[in-house]
Amino acid sequence: MPTRPAEGPVDRPVISVRELHKVYGTSDVAVHALRGVDLEVQRGDYVAVLGASGSGKTTLMNIIGCLDVPTSGRYLLDGIDVSFLDEAQLALVRRRKIGFVFQSFNLIPRMTGLANVELPLAYAGMRGDQRRRRAMAALSLVGLIDWSSFMPNQVSGGQQQRLAIARALVTSPTLILADEPTGNLDTAASADVLAVLDRLSAEGRTIIMITHEHDIAAHAKRQIHMVDGRVTEDNRVVDLAAPPPLLASSLAAS
Amino acid sequence: MKFAEILRFAFHGLSANKLRSALTTLGILIGVGAVILLVAVGNGSSRQIQANIENLGTNTLTVFSGGFGRQASSASGTQSQSTALTLQNAEGLANKASAPDVYSVSPVTSTSATTTYEGSSTTATITGTYPSYFRASNSPVEDGSYFTATDVNKAYDVVDIGATVAQDLFGTNAAAVGKSISIDGSPFEVLGVLKSKGTTGITDANAIAIAPYTSVQDVLTGYGSLSEILVQATSAQTTNAADSEITAILDKELGVTSSTGAATVAARSSGFGSRSSSSQPFEVLNQSQLLSTSTSTSHTFTVLLGAVAAISLLVGGIGITNIMLVTVTERTREIGIRKAVGAPKSAILGQFLAESVLLSVFGGVLGIVAGFIGSMFTIVGVKPVIVPDSIVLAVGVSVLIGLFFGSYPANRAASMRPIEALRYE
Repeated sequence: MPTRPAEGPVDRPVISVRELHKVYGTSDVAVHALRGVDLEVQRGDYVAVLGASGSGKTTLMNIIGCLDVPTSGRYLLDGIDVSFLDEAQLALVRRRKIGFVFQSFNLIPRMTGLANVELPLAYAGMRGDQRRRRAMAALSLVGLIDWSSFMPNQVSGGQQQRLAIARALVTSPTLILADEPTGNLDTAASADVLAVLDRLSAEGRTIIMITHEHDIAAHAKRQIHMVDGRVTEDNRVVDLAAPPPLLASSLAAS
Repeated sequence: MKFAEILRFAFHGLSANKLRSALTTLGILIGVGAVILLVAVGNGSSRQIQANIENLGTNTLTVFSGGFGRQASSASGTQSQSTALTLQNAEGLANKASAPDVYSVSPVTSTSATTTYEGSSTTATITGTYPSYFRASNSPVEDGSYFTATDVNKAYDVVDIGATVAQDLFGTNAAAVGKSISIDGSPFEVLGVLKSKGTTGITDANAIAIAPYTSVQDVLTGYGSLSEILVQATSAQTTNAADSEITAILDKELGVTSSTGAATVAARSSGFGSRSSSSQPFEVLNQSQLLSTSTSTSHTFTVLLGAVAAISLLVGGIGITNIMLVTVTERTREIGIRKAVGAPKSAILGQFLAESVLLSVFGGVLGIVAGFIGSMFTIVGVKPVIVPDSIVLAVGVSVLIGLFFGSYPANRAASMRPIEALRYE
């Protein structure tokens, strides 16, 4: 399995968002979750989106993850305009381009870790033996090769989240989208999960992580702050080509 | 997304809730089993009735005097001669010129009597008649011989007994032949034992004894009118022709006017195969008409049984919808996860449809097995006969039930928006 995303044109951004608006409800009771967001994420970047609850970061993540569509604005994912795709096409884009890591893990209960990791490949119609090989490779990347036959409720929270990361990267997606990946974890488990994300970033994967904690965001190469549906700050911590800033320390911690 | 993959997910979903799946399957099992079994019971009873009527002979006509049931008392001779059948009437029917389609005519006088042999006794219907009765009533002798026309002419006290009488008095058929039994105190020599017949209802068709007409009159029934006249037509096809011929002869002999004759036609069209008008001095029971009437009656009966069973199948189907709705609600989050990792709408739809179809097909197959097992037993005196069509129908219907009753919940699952499904607690 390739450990790097497929090589594309270097200048083409993975995400290009222009004047993105999202309005929930209509007229009087309308809620403006996004009020014109502009964002560009290059291949190999590791971006933390910071913001308090209600700042619109979850809405942005849903739109970037093709789980929702914007009210207006343009969104290019890997050069494809996905703003106005229908549901079936969005499902296809999700399967091919995006790997999700959720705060609450979202593993399917009563399915083994391996089966959970294989799930996206199953929907892609891949053959069983090939699927297993790729899933085992992904599990070895997150250090869970010995836990593949366990059910999600038989492993710890940190291990569940690492299973979820393995599921996210098994299809070699263009983008890994992590929504508060450490929100339900204790400090030690958080460190494990962040170490895995750091390592994936060091291998060249593109990661967007949503968080409201600054010490978590400190793992990213770039920090974006959101307030009231707008991007207020955009700080590059380390260069795009450099390894993630806390890679060394997280390795030391684990 | 391969079909096998969808089936695998569906199996997985069902096995996660084994008790629930089993109970839902049970609903379909009962429905399908009931349809197959009840239709088999209806079919079996219809076959049984047909077989019994055919046992009597489909080419026979029975002529009764007066209304049904009244001729039984004619043995005592109290009924007036004008409305009772006589031996002369029977001889009149045996006229080849005016009744070419009549093969044989057997006058019958009958009564119930106690038969005894060395201390054992049993009650039997004693029929006094001519030798042609054996063939007309489809009562062949299994052991021994028939009585003959000579026995009738000389009024010999000989008898052919039914299987039940032979069993009750002698234990075996062979032991009975040649012995002398006592019928209401008079000795009769057993010439033969009749072949056992199938029995419907409460009367035992084998608790009979057939003796010469003359000797039965001599010792048991007296010289009154006949109980009935059994007429055998030349073939099943000529039964209706023979019916009109003997009706014409008897109308003339008994002085029936044409107006009452017309009334009998109306009565016949009511579907009973016999003249039921009480003003009529005689009635003709036509076996072939009785057969078609009872066939259509038992068909209605079968359809009715099937319809009742189909209701339980419908209830089972609603059970599937119910349980699938619960399943979909319960697994909303799972649906959201599957959608987030890229499951298209069709895959979700397929998975839940496959689950409901698996439930119903599994129930259907078990229902067929249950129906088969159930049909091994005799139910309310009927040996069920499985109708092959009902199995094909049951399988087809159970697949359709799964698709139909599962489509609403499956569609609901497939149309869920991933973000809302993921947010569901």
